[in-house]
Amino acid sequence: MKRLPQIALLPDGKRLHLQDGPIDLVIEAKGRDADVRAGYEAAAYRFTGLLDELCAELTELRRPADPVRCMLQGVVARRMHAAVAPFAADHFITPMAAVAGSVAEEILGAMLGAARLDRAYVNNGGDIALHLTDGEQFSVGLMDRPDRQGLMRTMDIEADDPVRGIATSGRHGRSFSLGIADAVTVLARTASQADAAATIIANAVDLPGHPAIVRCPANELQPDSDLGSRLVTRDVGALRESEVDDALRAGARRAQQLLVAGLVEGAALRLLCETAVVGTTGIRTQALPALHGSALERVTHV
Amino acid sequence: MTDATPAGGDKIRCDACPVMCYIKPGAAGACDRYANHDGELVRVDPHIVLEQTVSHGGRLVPFQAGGGDWDGKIVHEPNVFVTAIGAGTTYPDYKPAPFIVSSEIDGVDMVTVVTEGIFSYCGVKVKIDTDRYLGPETATVRAQGEAIGHVTTSEYGSQMLSLGGVHHLTGGSKKEGRVTCDALMDLSNCKSVELTIDGGATVVVQAGYPPIVNGVAEERMRVGCGSATIGMFAKQWHGKVDEVVVVDDHITGVLSEHQAGKLLDIPDTGIKMKGRRSTPGRYFQVAEPGTGWGGTKISDPLSVLGPFDKKEARPGLTMLMVSTTGEHAAYYVLDEALRPLETEMPLDLKLSVERIQENCEPALCTVLFMGGAGGSLRAGVTDNPVRLTRSVKDALTRVTSGGAPVYVWPGGGITFMVDVTQMPAGAFGYVPTPALVAPIEFTLRLSDYAALGGHMDHVRPLASLRDNTEFRPMPYIPGRRA
Repeated sequence: MKRLPQIALLPDGKRLHLQDGPIDLVIEAKGRDADVRAGYEAAAYRFTGLLDELCAELTELRRPADPVRCMLQGVVARRMHAAVAPFAADHFITPMAAVAGSVAEEILGAMLGAARLDRAYVNNGGDIALHLTDGEQFSVGLMDRPDRQGLMRTMDIEADDPVRGIATSGRHGRSFSLGIADAVTVLARTASQADAAATIIANAVDLPGHPAIVRCPANELQPDSDLGSRLVTRDVGALRESEVDDALRAGARRAQQLLVAGLVEGAALRLLCETAVVGTTGIRTQALPALHGSALERVTHV
Repeated sequence: MTDATPAGGDKIRCDACPVMCYIKPGAAGACDRYANHDGELVRVDPHIVLEQTVSHGGRLVPFQAGGGDWDGKIVHEPNVFVTAIGAGTTYPDYKPAPFIVSSEIDGVDMVTVVTEGIFSYCGVKVKIDTDRYLGPETATVRAQGEAIGHVTTSEYGSQMLSLGGVHHLTGGSKKEGRVTCDALMDLSNCKSVELTIDGGATVVVQAGYPPIVNGVAEERMRVGCGSATIGMFAKQWHGKVDEVVVVDDHITGVLSEHQAGKLLDIPDTGIKMKGRRSTPGRYFQVAEPGTGWGGTKISDPLSVLGPFDKKEARPGLTMLMVSTTGEHAAYYVLDEALRPLETEMPLDLKLSVERIQENCEPALCTVLFMGGAGGSLRAGVTDNPVRLTRSVKDALTRVTSGGAPVYVWPGGGITFMVDVTQMPAGAFGYVPTPALVAPIEFTLRLSDYAALGGHMDHVRPLASLRDNTEFRPMPYIPGRRA
């Protein structure tokens, strides 16, 4: 019996839900009915067997990425590698850091290859690939704690923004973080780039050696984690305000470097009720009246 | 059923998807859907809500071709149906079934009692679309050398097997029971199983796929026997060819001698057939059974003919020879010595051969699971089990299995049959008894449920299941699964 992905419309009758193993996609397209349908068909068709493609190279995908050479075959696997390669010389990173965004990008690409859509997104558990044509825009809600309800803020992305990918990384999601950020949301030109950069920035939001931070080797939690025995954050105890600022500052510094290098268009970093925003694209309207302006201002001008 | 293999230490390896996560006790895999509970792989969601949503999964070919038999709707408003898969079973008997769910359908408050039944009295009926000889009636059918069932009476164009049953499950050796249980579960979960038949063939059976008989995959069912084919196509051949022979392992048909030819005033051709004449134009045993023309062993169709009769035959007489599936066909013209010489077939005859092919349905294996809901299962539904039986008989209660429609056999008890390809993937499991675990749901009006002594205090609104996130939407692929 062949394993089949789950393919269904969500109860609103508009959004398509695709799920296979750990991949869980929510998709919405806007356009003529026939185009939306063709797009959804193309998404479902491309999705079928995609997990198997990835798993065929899973061992290699879980190894630290080489900054230059790519031994991977699959188109999604190679996109994962390309997204993490800019970081591989200076950081520990595996292609798995970009898996969610790369899958989202692939599915969106398949949809656009099959249909003329005004607007579309593929949301892979918070890592989102976007498509926008003139006059269209996206309103994106930001959550600081994926394990809780409620939006922290919203931001708008318009067609003339270069942003076509959004990703969030942090210690509450399904994957582990080496840092202590509750959430780092990154806007980038592609979903795979956003995914990789969010991982890197979230890892940089850290207070190494701090006694209030509980860490545990990743492979004690998930035996086959690509992070091996590296310490991942399990809990963050009470921190002083200055410590929160220090940690956010470290993350924002990294985000600023990536912004200058053109690897991200913007980032919002969140740690224990404090927020830092780097770059202005997309977040311009609501970024500045931030919840905790003092930390934000100081951090963004590092 | 997904199961896990011990992977050394206390972690287990999940095989629900190709990621094949190692999962430590108390932890979940990468998907958060499967977890390690005291060394056992469990679904984190206790039962499944089946969204009756058309999914094209498994229908990618017509989908890609731009339509075909695909109904054109990728999805529609999901009609949520709670199924018993993963509901678990409860003992002792009087404990209410795991889920008694109420939901409104057309304004009538409906109750669905969701449980997984343990079926000791169960088996599968396998229909194998082939005319090839699989073995004599009542011959023992074996899997891995163990007797698991027998060949039963054949149906039109198909051979039938009856497998499983309480005798093989629990009446024989331990190994016989285990092998029978495995084979039933695999067949019911649409996996392929190799069966050998005493004094007959080896056949690989998988629900929804063509049978593989002695290593050869069957492609099509014949359109009919040779005689039936003559009857069906005589008018289309009339005036285009002088003689037609439809070669078949069972009954070979001859147009000029057949009743259908006589009615069209088709003249005699002087043809001489080998084999045993049954009635005019119908011949048994023109050749030995095999994998050649029309299920015979021949590769040269002329080998079933004797010399033409000089009194009636004439040079230039034309003849089409074709098998009952249209897979083989040849066109002949008699020479001066009245010997048939193969010649290129005229276009309109080619079209008639294609028409035969077109009318042959793909050969498939189909598997019907058959089981009886015993007293204990019914007690989980109501205080008074026999009333459930009566309610089912009176059509007040609808029975489904994994959301799929069932046929309830008339008479006593609740013995039902279900096409396993209609059920969601992995619907069947087993217990070491050995017996199969299959989902079964009873749906009835809330008022009727109260009247038959239902466990009213355990009825939960459908919405409560959703809120508790105790559900997992499932693709529902009507009519096709594997």
